[in-house]
Amino acid sequence: MGALRGRTARGRTVRRGVLAAMAAAGIVAGGSGAGAETFKWAFQGDIQTLDPHGLFETFTLGFQANFYEGLVTRTPDLKLQPALATSWENVEPTVWRFTLRQGVTFHNGNAFNADDVVFSVARIRTEGSDMKVIANLIKEAVKVDDYTVDLVTPQPDPILPLQLEIFMIMDREWSEEHGTTEATNIRGDDQGNYANLHENGTGPYMVKERQPDVRTVLVPNPDWWGDNKSNVTEGIFTPIGQDATRVAALISGDVDMAHPIPVQDWQRLEAADGVSPLTGPEARTIFLGFDQERDELLYSSVKGKNPFKDQRVRQAFFQAIDIEAINARIMRGAATPTNLMFGPQTNGFNAALNERLPYDVERAKGLLAEAGYADGFSVTMDCPSDRYVNDERICQAVASMLARIGVKVDLLAQIKSKYFAKVLAQNGYDTSFYLLGWTPSTFDAHNAISSVMACRDGGKGSFNLGGYCNQRVSGLTDLIQVETDPEKRQALIDEANRIHAEEVGHIPLHQQPLSWGVSDKVSVAQRADDVFHLQYVTVK
Amino acid sequence: MIAFVVRRLLQSILVLLAVGFIAFSLFTYVGDPINNMVGQDTTLEQRAELRQRLGLDDPFIVQYGRFLANAAQGDFGISYRHRRPVAQLIAERVPATLELSFVAAALALFIGVPMGVYTGLNRRGFLSQVFLTLSLVGISLPTFLIGILLILVFGVLSQDINAALGFTLVPQLPTFGRGDTVQLGWWSTGFLTESGLLALILPSITLALFQMTLIMRLVRSEMLEVLRTDYIKFARARGLSNRAVNFGHALKNTLVPVITITGLQLGSIIAFALITEQVFQWPGMGLLFIQAISEVDIPVMAAYLMLVGFFFVVINLIVDLLYYVVDPRLRADKAVAAGHQ
Repeated sequence: MGALRGRTARGRTVRRGVLAAMAAAGIVAGGSGAGAETFKWAFQGDIQTLDPHGLFETFTLGFQANFYEGLVTRTPDLKLQPALATSWENVEPTVWRFTLRQGVTFHNGNAFNADDVVFSVARIRTEGSDMKVIANLIKEAVKVDDYTVDLVTPQPDPILPLQLEIFMIMDREWSEEHGTTEATNIRGDDQGNYANLHENGTGPYMVKERQPDVRTVLVPNPDWWGDNKSNVTEGIFTPIGQDATRVAALISGDVDMAHPIPVQDWQRLEAADGVSPLTGPEARTIFLGFDQERDELLYSSVKGKNPFKDQRVRQAFFQAIDIEAINARIMRGAATPTNLMFGPQTNGFNAALNERLPYDVERAKGLLAEAGYADGFSVTMDCPSDRYVNDERICQAVASMLARIGVKVDLLAQIKSKYFAKVLAQNGYDTSFYLLGWTPSTFDAHNAISSVMACRDGGKGSFNLGGYCNQRVSGLTDLIQVETDPEKRQALIDEANRIHAEEVGHIPLHQQPLSWGVSDKVSVAQRADDVFHLQYVTVK
Repeated sequence: MIAFVVRRLLQSILVLLAVGFIAFSLFTYVGDPINNMVGQDTTLEQRAELRQRLGLDDPFIVQYGRFLANAAQGDFGISYRHRRPVAQLIAERVPATLELSFVAAALALFIGVPMGVYTGLNRRGFLSQVFLTLSLVGISLPTFLIGILLILVFGVLSQDINAALGFTLVPQLPTFGRGDTVQLGWWSTGFLTESGLLALILPSITLALFQMTLIMRLVRSEMLEVLRTDYIKFARARGLSNRAVNFGHALKNTLVPVITITGLQLGSIIAFALITEQVFQWPGMGLLFIQAISEVDIPVMAAYLMLVGFFFVVINLIVDLLYYVVDPRLRADKAVAAGHQ
């Protein structure tokens, strides 16, 4: 604990010492005339662990990617590119062969080789690992030689490399030395799991100091194999939970970058000197879903039948929602209305299918009347209040729009812990009508189709909270998973999307906006999954 | 005396058991921790298995019993969020909260008492009216609003104000975090560095303001009461100096209620520091607790509630003991009572 705790009184001298040492070694990045450049940034929460196999969560994994690396990585525009592997090929339908980069060392100086990859695959299978989803993609890791590894998949898997960015490689020797050969376990019989509080990656930065929930200091890795273009010599990360405090810290210059910034604070940033908002579409799609499984809704005035089983009712809901108004009034025009369940950052997105049914209240009323609900009905809507951008306000807007076609929505907006406890599988999908968001963690259509659109069968459809089920879509999911020909695969994805849209399986609303605040003194790269990498920062 | 202390300590155990019981019965309603502990792609079986492993399916009384059994052995469990022993986490956070609370309490006392005395003595003074009006602000504004106003003035607007004036009228002060700290054994202190002291200013004022005004108003009304009594008149008649009368006789006799309130308020300063801590991202126990609530980190919530309960009990005990020191009548009564037996 002692080593981690507190920036000591000596902190400054130590840092100066480190910088001096780095300057002496001629590795202060940025080249000509650049001195010590400190970059400070804030996010609403802290990473939960330094263990790269401990938690499958975008922010934690994205932060860890500053010091740990996977076989592959992604550029700021989410293009796949080599990292610890220099190339890969599908040598057999079920075998992916990765050629590893030579001359890479971990931060402790140990050399990186195939043994570390094999070890890491084993480590993500251990009890505490939250990377079992990745582990399940790999049947076996076979060392071919020191710099070649075969990953054997249980079935043909055309998109395996796309899914490996977040699978980080750890050093076998270091893990054995410190007794951390198993992933940090929440159950807690491995108190003080070493990798939870210490890192030893291969990445462009190293953790110099870590005080959970207070600050984490990163310094450049002088031995990194890649070409680090950033001139940052010290990155200081601080979690700031309160929106107002985070925005104030940015405006007052205490931090150079902060995210997320509440949408309603953009004008303040624009008005303030030296800072501006940086926004773009996030890869997360927000949508509404209906319980189509039960024969009678749990929370509705309609008894004895389920109105959402009727496609006309679902379409009436769709056409009653004025997505442009939601975008203009609630999202300040920064959202991207969509008709697909995943965004353009995702492999398999087809803009030709992204045309929404028109907003048409009269048509919606007509459809409801045809379905036998001319007088409307009432239904309870579940909504998170602290999970997505302006989630609760979107739900309020939807409720008032549906009121125009005679549907009375009782809104139940709750904090995310309570919301998810109610609507997810463990509570038996206890909802009739809900709002949810999804980012495909692989940036491939299969993840979204399989998790949200396929029939619930124990494996697939686990976030298909309303139980929308079309056997053809489910069948297509399995085909998409194993189809290796890109064109045929796209046709399968398009077919699934087309069926889902025709049947109004869900109501896609929009891709929500990313919302960062950045000082004019720095330039940063914004990734569509809200991940922030220090190596793309330049201090001007 | 010893019997009294022992009795109070036994009572405190009962209080803590009750706090724990209520806490655990409420944990059923705070949501499901599992979803915050795993990623979206974690399968249902894995989630169910984790819930099983953590014993979350058991009735709350069983969970409470297990917590007590472990706590009795000094084991408060592992934080779901941090994956570290709760005792360790709290030990790391206690210094930040206690330093902030004590600075706030000291501010409240050393500004509140003199202001109370002054307004008590100069009832119609202009300055007294100003103090009393300002104290209304302290009493009526909620803590988080005061904190955000201070951040606005000293963090955001200060640059504009100073730039407009051409000189530094409003200093730019740190608006979040604790600054640099120095490690003294397991205790981390912010008292020994410049940035640590600067970082204390806004949060401690925020936390102290309510207590300060409370103490001021209390001392004032007690002073007004005491100054009317006969012994003050006699003291003046004896020709004692104003100073001796006001501070030696009057103030001293106002102190019993002030100590009671201050003591109890110190407990609430520690307990309610969490709002201030959240606004200023102050890395104390309160912030830990707030984050624990949003992530449903049950082991941290349980340990924090028990600890705060314990603080209250101990502070009350100390307050009771202080009466003996301040008020000789209590000691005398006791002696007389003992003499009669």
